[in-house]
Amino acid sequence: MATKAKAFDLKAQPGFSAIARIAVVSLYLPIIILVVFSFNATSSLGVWGGFSFGWFVMAWHNDLIINAALFSLFLATVAGVFATIMATMAAIAMTRSDAYRGQTISYALINQPLIVPEIVTAISLLIVFAAVKSATGYSGTGYLVIAHTAFCIPFAYLPIRARLEGMDLNLETAAADLYADPWKTFVHVTLPRLGPGIVAGFMLAFVVSLDDVVITDLVKSGGQETLPTFMLGQIRRDMTPEVNAAATMLLIPSILLVTAVHLINRKK
Amino acid sequence: MSSLTQQAAAHQAATVRRRWLLKAPALLTIILASVGPLSVMLVYSIMAKGSFGGVNLGQLSFDGWMNVFVERDPFDDTLVLADANLLILWRSIRLALITTIATLLVGFPTAYYIATRPEHIRSQWMLLITIPFWTNLLIRTFAIMGLLSNQGPINNFLIWIGVIDTPIQMLFTDGAVLLGLVYVYLPLMVLPIYSSLERMDFNLVEAGYDLYATRLKVLWHIVIPSCKPGIIAGSILVFIPAIGAYVTPRVLGGGKNMMMGNLIELQFGQGRNWPLGAALSICLLLIVTAALIFYIRASSAKDISHGH
Repeated sequence: MATKAKAFDLKAQPGFSAIARIAVVSLYLPIIILVVFSFNATSSLGVWGGFSFGWFVMAWHNDLIINAALFSLFLATVAGVFATIMATMAAIAMTRSDAYRGQTISYALINQPLIVPEIVTAISLLIVFAAVKSATGYSGTGYLVIAHTAFCIPFAYLPIRARLEGMDLNLETAAADLYADPWKTFVHVTLPRLGPGIVAGFMLAFVVSLDDVVITDLVKSGGQETLPTFMLGQIRRDMTPEVNAAATMLLIPSILLVTAVHLINRKK
Repeated sequence: MSSLTQQAAAHQAATVRRRWLLKAPALLTIILASVGPLSVMLVYSIMAKGSFGGVNLGQLSFDGWMNVFVERDPFDDTLVLADANLLILWRSIRLALITTIATLLVGFPTAYYIATRPEHIRSQWMLLITIPFWTNLLIRTFAIMGLLSNQGPINNFLIWIGVIDTPIQMLFTDGAVLLGLVYVYLPLMVLPIYSSLERMDFNLVEAGYDLYATRLKVLWHIVIPSCKPGIIAGSILVFIPAIGAYVTPRVLGGGKNMMMGNLIELQFGQGRNWPLGAALSICLLLIVTAALIFYIRASSAKDISHGH
């Protein structure tokens, strides 16, 4: 009886282990198939015709894809930097104080882009920016930068705020007691310890900007194609593994950055 | 001498000013590129329709809102139900609800299994769940499209083993959209359930077994009630993007299996009925808000009754 009780696993539930394994395999299998067929020697997306780098070479020589990829990286870097700076400032203002009037509304505003369906934001931006474009004649990248910065802010904000909340306030009080002004306290005491949160915030903002397709597709002017909007445009045409090759190239930075954020957070 | 209180007040005012200055760039950006344009959308929904798209600003009209539910018959000018809109509205709600239930049925056991692993393995499993979540949604939808297409691996395999002669049309059906939604949003269900299970006190489970409860009873009366907040959060996190989905139904549903997001885009594009598109957008926002209010109510509810 005692041995039987010992062998009894409290936490086990029948079938759960199988479901978990199948779920994780199913999450990866379609992506793996997509990546595998980007190395297909023939133009088929369903029949394996041998291994080849042909579609990558073709994508590499396709100016549309390369320009779109470069523009994606540019946009994600600029929007990521802006969003991270703004989110850091806001997080400091909103965690380093007691409850105050306007706190809830600020919090709701910061998180607002997470809640509204993307297509609704995208179309309302299209309407407003179209009016501004025809009034000012400016149709540069500014529109995309501001749109991307806005929806990246909540993603950059989350890890920075989490880091600030987990911090020991005594060091800051000590610095203030030693007559350090708020700026010096921030630069020498808060910022160094906030570093990992800021890096994680930037990486998430970067990935979110890199992944966006709906808002970018509706806000972009001519010549502002990103890799995702290029790919969305391709589905109306005959798809070849060239699109898979482009997708594979886009997958790599996302997977690397997310793994990096995971490792940073683990070393808290 | 009130200089001390004056100083304190001045210091207080400076703190408040600095706080708002620090927040200003983030808040202004979001107001400029999100809240502001949404307010324009709200205004457009109660304006008259322009002849070539757009709206007649200044001419109030509730046609946009009416057109969500009813439309004028082109022949005898009577009002009839706007079947197409209502069908799409119903499809969106139905698909979003089924997606939520399906992700819950798969996501809960997955989260439970991961949460009951030893700590170092847990974090590796969670990385496996997190990576797809941060992977481009369009690419993941493309991956499903490739899988289901007539020339895709599934059809090819079925033909190869001789089950079928001609490919089964799987793409551009409601089922394809549903599969895509479940696939894309599953990680959003696993993450919050996992974090509430991680904090669970397994002594309660042991107590349950001591009292001769079966595994099913322990699951139903102890485990599920104690991770209810995670289940509710996961359901909301899946339902909200699913009801507002645009890319997945566009890629996997083709032109005919539209959801709300696609219908809205259609009104601003070919449909040239901006007030209707704006009214539909506000409807979608209202559904999302209702879901959020339900979430806030449910998660702040104080009763921790053991779910009888």
